[in-house]
Amino acid sequence: MSAQASSKIELRNVVKIFGSRIDDALSLVRQQCSKEQVLAETGCVVGVNDLSLSIGSGEIFVIMGLSGSGKSTLVRHINRLIDPTQGAILVDGEDILRYDMEALRQFRRHKISMVFQGFGLLPHKNVLDNVAYGLKVRGEHKAQYTERAQHWIGIVGLNGYETAYPHQLSGGMRQRVGLARALAADTDIILMDEAFSALDPLIRADMQDQLLELQQSLHKTIVFITHDLDEALRLGNRIAILKDGRLIQVGTPKEIIHSPADDYVDRFVQRRVATLN
Amino acid sequence: MFPENLTFSIADWVNTWVDALVTNYGDVFRHISDSLLWAIVNLEGLLRATPWWLMLALVGAVAWHATRRWLPTLVMVGLLFLVGAVGLWDKLMQTLALMLVATLISVLIGIPLGVLAARSNRLRAVLMPLLDVMQTMPSFVYLIPVLMLFGLGKVPAIFATVIYAAPPLIRLTDLGIRQVDREVMEAINAFGANRWQQLFGVQLPLALPSIMAGVNQTTMMALSMVVIASMIGARGLGEDVLIGIQTLNVGRGLEAGLAIVVLAVVIDRITQAYGRPRHEVGK
Repeated sequence: MSAQASSKIELRNVVKIFGSRIDDALSLVRQQCSKEQVLAETGCVVGVNDLSLSIGSGEIFVIMGLSGSGKSTLVRHINRLIDPTQGAILVDGEDILRYDMEALRQFRRHKISMVFQGFGLLPHKNVLDNVAYGLKVRGEHKAQYTERAQHWIGIVGLNGYETAYPHQLSGGMRQRVGLARALAADTDIILMDEAFSALDPLIRADMQDQLLELQQSLHKTIVFITHDLDEALRLGNRIAILKDGRLIQVGTPKEIIHSPADDYVDRFVQRRVATLN
Repeated sequence: MFPENLTFSIADWVNTWVDALVTNYGDVFRHISDSLLWAIVNLEGLLRATPWWLMLALVGAVAWHATRRWLPTLVMVGLLFLVGAVGLWDKLMQTLALMLVATLISVLIGIPLGVLAARSNRLRAVLMPLLDVMQTMPSFVYLIPVLMLFGLGKVPAIFATVIYAAPPLIRLTDLGIRQVDREVMEAINAFGANRWQQLFGVQLPLALPSIMAGVNQTTMMALSMVVIASMIGARGLGEDVLIGIQTLNVGRGLEAGLAIVVLAVVIDRITQAYGRPRHEVGK
């Protein structure tokens, strides 16, 4: 793949273990033990299991898996909301694990933003202040951030709601605010953790359309987490399938549908084919 | 009987320690005591010098600003007027001054401690039993050493009040900050907010209802200490209750007691009203 050549984000042998007996768990992971075995023997939960990935610049990369497959844990490694137990994470060729707190903050302020499943909006701030949050945090002036926030509020179709508070908005509108907040920060990378999963099907389809439309002009690197194969096929330039923290398959939507790597992927695909018929 | 050879006493050890503290550090404590006294006396002087009608107008303005409703505001002002009408205005101001200083000190100590406790589970584990002790230990027990260190009067009264009144504020600040939605914290972290921006931009504002409930509790507990404070020489409404008890003058005791209740109600309603999230008041 050409994406391999200009990789924006690279994960190398990332392992994440939650628990107290990390060393024991790590050696079990190295011996290729399964998630259940590690849990039974050490009481540690394997979040991400020896995973390597390369995400190209300007692509929508979908990470798919059922709940508990470690996809939300994985995406939080990319902006270091979670630190890996082992492995390397490179963004633009830089090892972000080497960053100290200050460098990490700068990285989060300028290079990467995120959209959350439960929106993560500030309940005590209105729409405008929420959208401007990323800009305010990095110290931009009021005139500047107001104008930028206003621009993105317009683009996501929330004109007229600038002074509304999150609790006054519907779920779909709240997520538009979440999306506008991430876009307003104008970062190369946007992480979207089950961003549309809490929305009802029609609104979700709308939001997917809007994201694809925006992407045509923005060319961001988007890492999109979902448990829904339809969503993955619709949005993804490439899709990675995760199970028990392990990478099962990476490929374009076509490759996933036509040559599923194993039974797990096949079951996803079969169910979709069944519903289409 | 409990076997004699298993008993021991910490009394002598504590006595020696307190004695040493008084002899060696008496000056330091006297100094703290003097500056604190200076603050209270000035505040008291200011409150007592303020004309009664101006004071009522000020309370009315604050009450209206807090509640945005006329009826409670008028009731509060009316009740305070009645306290003045039974001749307790001066004492009301003395008690108010004592309570304000005690609350201010409790806030200055309580909110930072609550913030720290919310940040560190270890500190919280140490702090919580200590707060239990502060709240359940009979106040006379720590009044004795406080009296030895600071002498009679307002200052030991303030200290005793702070020890008793700060714990709920610490607890509720800790609780309020811990209850801030995890995803909101994750989101502001993901946008690179530093600790300062997290604390003042998000955690404290979102914990405000809980913190104000703590301030409310602190003021209520400070008022409940008023009578005990008057036993060690702090002037004010508690003094009248005490005289009422000593002279079997039930009426006088009741008047002063009701005046304390009025002050409590006024402060309670105002602090509670400020604890409600602003933008939902209009709903």
